[in-house]
Amino acid sequence: MAIELPENVVISKLDSLGSWCRKNSLWPMPFATACCGIELMATGASRHDLARFGAEVFRFSPRQCDLMIVAGRVAMKMLPVLQRIWQQMHEPKWCISMGACASTGGVFDTYAVVQGIDRFIPVDMYVPGCPPRPEQLIQAIIDLQDKIQAEGTIGGREFNTFARQQRKRALMELPIIRTPQIVLPNRQGTN
Amino acid sequence: MSSLSKVVASLKERFSEVAESEFRGLTRVVVPQSQCFEALTCLKGEFGFDMLVDLTCVDYLNFRDATDRFGLVYLLASMEDNLRLTVRVMLNEPDLTVPSVVPLWEGANWMEREVWDMFGILFEGHPDLRRILLPEEFEAHPLRKDYPLQGRGERHNFPVLTRGEA
Repeated sequence: MAIELPENVVISKLDSLGSWCRKNSLWPMPFATACCGIELMATGASRHDLARFGAEVFRFSPRQCDLMIVAGRVAMKMLPVLQRIWQQMHEPKWCISMGACASTGGVFDTYAVVQGIDRFIPVDMYVPGCPPRPEQLIQAIIDLQDKIQAEGTIGGREFNTFARQQRKRALMELPIIRTPQIVLPNRQGTN
Repeated sequence: MSSLSKVVASLKERFSEVAESEFRGLTRVVVPQSQCFEALTCLKGEFGFDMLVDLTCVDYLNFRDATDRFGLVYLLASMEDNLRLTVRVMLNEPDLTVPSVVPLWEGANWMEREVWDMFGILFEGHPDLRRILLPEEFEAHPLRKDYPLQGRGERHNFPVLTRGEA
């Protein structure tokens, strides 16, 4: 070795150091709307102890979070709220779609339920199950940590790639048919 | 004290077109659309049906032997005499308008909004007839039987956020 380093000095890339910090201090935003939310709470509780992976600090303000966990079905009326919460979170941020309903709509194939949140917001990790066991969610968080460590950069360049910018799934399955609007009589506040 | 049979008998006397039937111990009267408000006013004021338990609707499209499209259902109860009565009003397109019963039972407000939301039945004189469950911009009445289960594209009609936009 040409240069003698003291024992307490480590050489690394800044990107790698940043990713290491980020992946071990994920602060989840629990967007829990259904029974998956119960499993999400169980994951954070003492038996499964999400604190082992540095992700136990559930914050109910999106401005303090960097990992959104969407647990449960999302109603159509709820979707603008979900999108606004996602937009309020600061970069860098990630999203886990937890359970069959959040990922695909699950058994709720009706006019009122969103058929997979990845149609409307970007998703990094999907957890199958109805609802998934806490172990599955923990595995998703570990996988996300690996992903962050592998491709994370200080400036967030990994989010600017073409694949990340793309919409995940096409929205082509049904054309939008407008039905004639029935005009309300004697509605107050008009005219 | 008045018994249910007396109530129904005097209701039939006053409104000639009222039809009565019974199913599993529950008495049901079918009131014509034009007389429904008068009949309900009479039931509340004179016969003491002071509680509107529920107000809902049934779509009889494709129903076997059905002659009318919609059946509006008022479930009434008399706290004083411990009586229950089901009042039905059959409705057909295009005239899906009935007088609102909010002046009689204040609790009918949200129930009528729900029936409007899901079936598109207009309640004349309702103080605030807006959608109650579905978003304001929703254009159909999804509990009608001719509405497809998966909707008419409403659930795709949102802006999509990509990584760059967030």
